[in-house]
Amino acid sequence: MAHAATHDHHDDHHGAPTNFFTRWCMSTNHKDIGTLYLIFSLAAFFVGGSFAMVIRAELFKPGMQLVQPYFFNEMTTMHALVMIFGAIMPAFVGLGNWMIPLMIGAPDMALPRMNNLSFWILPFAFALLLSTLFMPGGSPAGGWTMYPPLSLQTGSLAYAVFAIHLMGISSIMGAINIIATILNMRAPGMDLLKMPVFVWSWLITAFLLIAVMPVLAGAVTMLLTDKYFGTSFFNAAGGGDPVLYQHIFWFFGHPEVYIMILPAFGIISEIVPTFARKPIFGYKAMVFAIAAIAFLSFIVWAHHMFAVGLPLGAEIFFMYATMLISVPTGIKVFNWVSTMWGGSMTFETPMLFAIAFIILFTIGGFSGLMLALVPADFQYHDTYFVVAHFHYVLVTGAAFAIMAATYYWLPKWTGHMYSETWGKVHFWSSVISVNVLFFPQHFLGLAGMPRRIPDYNVAFANFNMISSIGGFWFGASQLIFLGVIIHAVWFSKKKATDRVWEGAKGLEWTVPSPAPFHTFELPPVIRDEELAHGHVED
Amino acid sequence: MTSGGIRPDGIKPAFFKRAAMAAAAVAGALFTGMALANPKPGQLNMTRGVTEWSSEPYFLNNVALGVCVVIGVLVFGAMFIAMFRFRKSRGAVAEKWSHNTMLEIVWTTIPVIILIVLAYLATGGLTSFADTTGSQMTVKVTGYQWKWRYDYVDYQGKAIDKVGFMSKLDDQSNDTRQLGSGLDPNAVKADGEQTYLLDVDKPLVVPVDTKIRFVITADDVIHSWWVPALGWKIDAIPGIVNAAWANIKTPGTYRGQCAELCGQDHGFMPIVVKAVSKEDFAKWLAEQQKPAAAAPAADASAGASASATAPAAPTKG
Repeated sequence: MAHAATHDHHDDHHGAPTNFFTRWCMSTNHKDIGTLYLIFSLAAFFVGGSFAMVIRAELFKPGMQLVQPYFFNEMTTMHALVMIFGAIMPAFVGLGNWMIPLMIGAPDMALPRMNNLSFWILPFAFALLLSTLFMPGGSPAGGWTMYPPLSLQTGSLAYAVFAIHLMGISSIMGAINIIATILNMRAPGMDLLKMPVFVWSWLITAFLLIAVMPVLAGAVTMLLTDKYFGTSFFNAAGGGDPVLYQHIFWFFGHPEVYIMILPAFGIISEIVPTFARKPIFGYKAMVFAIAAIAFLSFIVWAHHMFAVGLPLGAEIFFMYATMLISVPTGIKVFNWVSTMWGGSMTFETPMLFAIAFIILFTIGGFSGLMLALVPADFQYHDTYFVVAHFHYVLVTGAAFAIMAATYYWLPKWTGHMYSETWGKVHFWSSVISVNVLFFPQHFLGLAGMPRRIPDYNVAFANFNMISSIGGFWFGASQLIFLGVIIHAVWFSKKKATDRVWEGAKGLEWTVPSPAPFHTFELPPVIRDEELAHGHVED
Repeated sequence: MTSGGIRPDGIKPAFFKRAAMAAAAVAGALFTGMALANPKPGQLNMTRGVTEWSSEPYFLNNVALGVCVVIGVLVFGAMFIAMFRFRKSRGAVAEKWSHNTMLEIVWTTIPVIILIVLAYLATGGLTSFADTTGSQMTVKVTGYQWKWRYDYVDYQGKAIDKVGFMSKLDDQSNDTRQLGSGLDPNAVKADGEQTYLLDVDKPLVVPVDTKIRFVITADDVIHSWWVPALGWKIDAIPGIVNAAWANIKTPGTYRGQCAELCGQDHGFMPIVVKAVSKEDFAKWLAEQQKPAAAAPAADASAGASASATAPAAPTKG
């Protein structure tokens, strides 16, 4: 089925505009736009990471040494906003852009011009957001959740709100595009239940995005009118309710959490079978588990609010609903382990990151189950235990999956193999340091250290110092990642084969490496045995 | 073949409950060597607390941790066995199977059973927490940027008039925490305890063995009132009055902090609760209710554990 594209084999940019501006700024090509998203995401990862370095440096030892408390709060707020909306989400959109058409045999995304627009909104949104750091009064400092009334004290609130509006528009357009592509552009024979799990995970994620991004836009718009137009949505003195904001925000916020992890599940479900050389265990269960998690994500939002004084009945409902999530999540973990069982495994860098994902994400899941228990959450809530929990699911979860995907598909993107040695150095350095960084934060939270504080009692000194050392080490490790990517793109001499990995299956491996500018101009002929998940009915 | 190493289906749920309890007990024994009321260096686990109710979160925490450790050992154990047994470098040949309905049913059912047990335990703790009836004392807590106000509303069925005060970070901590102060946080001590950022000018004084109802609100932004030794935190929200209760069993000084980001000095508005015997409390309360002029002499004996410099006279907020 590779015949459609083989004539491009020696000219990977055949058909691509030679003018730099035309090629990159006016691109309608899913691969180029995917590349733009990924570069943007990597840049945001380092910007957000530098904010985290400021945080960990100030927390290195008790006493205020480096920054004023308000600036510390700016850093925690901007770190979260940049990492969530700048690093994790665009990375998944970039991966989706690059890989979804290749995986379903489509020539491009369904709506290429909108694809260009949804990317090019992002740099402007982030310019707006980051510009607040240089304004008198500083950037938003009330936490990424922007709870009123505190967030209404921020002078630069309007900039942050407009930035979020832009990001939301970008995400919604990206989601529409992905749904339209998956539902309309699959090659004949690529049935829904033969699609790669990554494509499934993105289809479901895209529906989540369309459902909740407008809710976030509504919540922040109400903040805007409360601050500038005299409304009282969240102002108790005017008959409003500050807790209302939290309900609306977390109705967005919890599905948002799964927007950042479902595509990661998809990636891991592609990588593990490849390197275990064995079909994924329980394909349908994997797909249904993703759908079940997505559904549950809409009815658990108030577990972020157990300490606001919810009625007893509400606390019980949200506790039970939250606990239920561990069933489909458990199924996924069990299925990944079963995929490995009886396989023939090798441990290249993508597989190492995938294995670390399974273990460390599960640890984050365990602490999530603990957090769901309301009486215990009365202690955990808003402590470093929570910080440890969501960094385990977002760093060793989402970010590790993105790194795994980068190593997995980089040879397909660039046509060159990355340095396996340096990839492994990056992996081991990251996986050790990330645990030095985040594991002690469980202890800090249990011992009573609140989150978002710039300074602390000397009882918390030892674990904070360990955590900071881990933080600097993890931050430095990511420079290796950057180096490996730069090497693979421009300097690597080792040509990648079309299939790249011995056990790789699926349409994306049938096109040449690097993937030509245009692929599947004629729909490929689908042969089930060449698909990663071609035989699910047995 | 089946995916071994995860869980043979012959094992009964009761075993898991017992195993979970046992693991929880082991975890508890390991980690509670220094689970005193206030944070200690190297502390690894949650405090058991000092109130009638505060063992609930502690117990749930240990049980849930035990359950997670057992599941983690089984799942990660299976993974590591797979990684060693089924390596290509050891000549492993990939098998073809990708289904096992029985196994899938088992590993869906067993977690559900574990969850039901956990939910049952948690619901019990939650229900007892929600019941603030029958309290013998009411204290109103109000959060401000960046201090707390305590007003004594009633005690043993009698309304208390004009006993209330602001409580803010002690001066020594406040001087030390300024950027570039050059002062050593380790040097901030009260009664031999290192109290940097965990001490106030005027603590909340309450009696032991009394069911105290706290009504909690805020005046500007959202705060959260949290003393780990009491076992809970609850948000202080402008325009909303939340209620919670505590019945402290052991006299002592218990320290906590604001737990909801409330602006630049969020990290600098600690909470200190001083639990004293009922007799001492009655004495303290009587002194507080005297006219302002007579109060300062009484302050030192009961008011503060540390650097209590503010006048004890009730201030109207």
